[in-house]
Amino acid sequence: MAATTSRSLSRALRCLNAPSKSIISCDLSSRSLFSPRSRLPSLTQSRAFSITPLRLHGHITPPSPVKSQLHVTFVDKDSREHTFEVSAGDNLLDVAQANDLEMEGACGGSCACSTCHVIVTDEAMYDRMPEPEDDENDMLDLAFGLTETSRLGCQVVMTKELDGLRVKLPSMTRNLQASDFGSK
Amino acid sequence: MQMNAAARSWLGRSAARRCKAGPTSPKSFYSTTIRNDRPFRMAVVGSGPAGFYTAYRVMSKIDRAKVDMYEALPVPFGLVRFGVAPDHPEVKNCQDKFEEVASSPDFTFVGNTSVGDLGAQFDGCTVPLASLTKNYDAVVFAYGAARDKKLGVPGESQLNGIYSAREFVGWYNGLPEFANLAPDLTRGDEAVIVGQGNVALDVARMLLENVDVLRKSDITEAAIETLLKSRIKRVHIVGRRGPMQAAFTIKEIRELMKLQHVGFHPVDMALMPPEISKLPRARRRLMDILVKGSTAKVDSASKSWSLDFCLSPTEFIGDAKGNLSRTVFEKTSLSDPFDTASRVSGTGEKIDLASTVAFRSIGYKSVALPGFAEAGISFDDRTGVIRNDGLGRVFSDKAHSEDTPVPLAGVYCAGWVKRGPTGVIASTMEDAFSTGDAIATDWISNAKFAGDGDGLGLEGVKEDIDTSRCNIISWNDWHKIDEAEKARGQAIGKERESLRAQ
Repeated sequence: MAATTSRSLSRALRCLNAPSKSIISCDLSSRSLFSPRSRLPSLTQSRAFSITPLRLHGHITPPSPVKSQLHVTFVDKDSREHTFEVSAGDNLLDVAQANDLEMEGACGGSCACSTCHVIVTDEAMYDRMPEPEDDENDMLDLAFGLTETSRLGCQVVMTKELDGLRVKLPSMTRNLQASDFGSK
Repeated sequence: MQMNAAARSWLGRSAARRCKAGPTSPKSFYSTTIRNDRPFRMAVVGSGPAGFYTAYRVMSKIDRAKVDMYEALPVPFGLVRFGVAPDHPEVKNCQDKFEEVASSPDFTFVGNTSVGDLGAQFDGCTVPLASLTKNYDAVVFAYGAARDKKLGVPGESQLNGIYSAREFVGWYNGLPEFANLAPDLTRGDEAVIVGQGNVALDVARMLLENVDVLRKSDITEAAIETLLKSRIKRVHIVGRRGPMQAAFTIKEIRELMKLQHVGFHPVDMALMPPEISKLPRARRRLMDILVKGSTAKVDSASKSWSLDFCLSPTEFIGDAKGNLSRTVFEKTSLSDPFDTASRVSGTGEKIDLASTVAFRSIGYKSVALPGFAEAGISFDDRTGVIRNDGLGRVFSDKAHSEDTPVPLAGVYCAGWVKRGPTGVIASTMEDAFSTGDAIATDWISNAKFAGDGDGLGLEGVKEDIDTSRCNIISWNDWHKIDEAEKARGQAIGKERESLRAQ
């Protein structure tokens, strides 16, 4: 599985680093990440809908194998689990986006919005993280469905202590939005 | 390795969605086949966050969506460009995503082109609304709130020195409409801002912040000149209600509290709940910071500000020359000061605040576009929103029984014109996604759309525009403007200097 993840990452990177390629060509190559050949457990039910051959742009070297792989699990809005092998130093927004989870990151990970809100499912794990700074808390205060163990994905950096971390993506419904912003 | 996060998520998202949707709703992949294998043509009116996030959602959910985005101004991004404070550049990072959307071959920017004749004050092109409904399957109104609410008190429209926050914000951000505002900040040292939302705090920060800090932002040079000459030393941010009911958010308050050499006059503790620690998290943190106050002390600070609660403006009073000198307020009383939904009523007691300049910051307002009535689009003039089903499907004004409103085929709305002018970009994004989902659902379920299905999109619309008399600005044209602005900015040591329509 490690191989699959790093391969998909490198493919996404290659795509992004090819300035002449349109979204479409990138799109096609990244589709194959989700073909049944992929052994990502959460995605095995997906079926192939594209047989477009993989395009290799070859602009960058794939990342070298990382010695100490850590695990993080995202539980999406449909309660499906996605476990990834990541490296120390990766933040959760980058991990989610590299793996095509639905997480927006409107401010580009600069802690100026609340669109990468995640909920840490295990309180003990939450306590192991460095305390959020004021600016992160200020943004969390505006987040939909804030909980006691909410964090911004862009501010959670993976470390050895956080190996096995599980986070939930909040479901952002109109109701939550209306109540969260109704008094503003 | 630096990856462009926006690009990555765009790529990832569209791939992921198509794939994940596979087993559950295979139709979505083949949506175009049930529509005779033709593209889905959508016109978006407005190029702010609501327009771009709706376009993004639709383009990633409908396989062959072709989106043309109409913008009355020559330049895109709406309030991200003309509303977001220049000293909040990180908030503008969402433009990366918009840029990614616009770079798709299925997306066309139609700048300098207004729908109806509203906002066509810069020799732009005008497209009749009927031309859009004829040439597209769907039209999405995402043109925001281009007017502001008025107080409706004596003196408001007559005296010099009273500005709306919308025009002041537009002016310092280089919005062409207000390029000639030239606010006079030299007649005295006290300013009043009526309203306590984040726009009010943005205005206050511009008046209080060290100009050398602002100079590095993309604020216009004209604004820098004016702020350098400003004599304002004391800013009152006035609201009808109390701290527990206030609309501002904590980030903006914290910024003001941290300004160097700027002091905050303590809040009226009678309006503070006795046990702040027991409040829900967001209110608790906000009240804590209000009680804690500013880093700088008022006595030694060069400028100061206060949040003046429970005051409602009743009159602006001027001098013999017609310049504002005082603002009169009626004190109000709250039915329950600690209840966020407390009722407010006047007490009859009046007070005055000396003020040579006043800003009205009590909210924005959307207006109907010319052609709405003919198109049968239901617009609520009182609340200033397009009537819709909450997911962005616009209601027809024909079936006027309130109980069973009928959606108009192929007409949608998103953002502030849909739900009113409140919330941050994240809320507009969610709102736009809900509209985008509604559009995709309707397309996939073979619902009725606008036009008769053989519309030509922009090619068809162009037949209705006299392009000999106006210029459509394309995305490439915008890139040239963008580069020129950045070059001008670089020459004077900042991110960009806006080109203004002359």
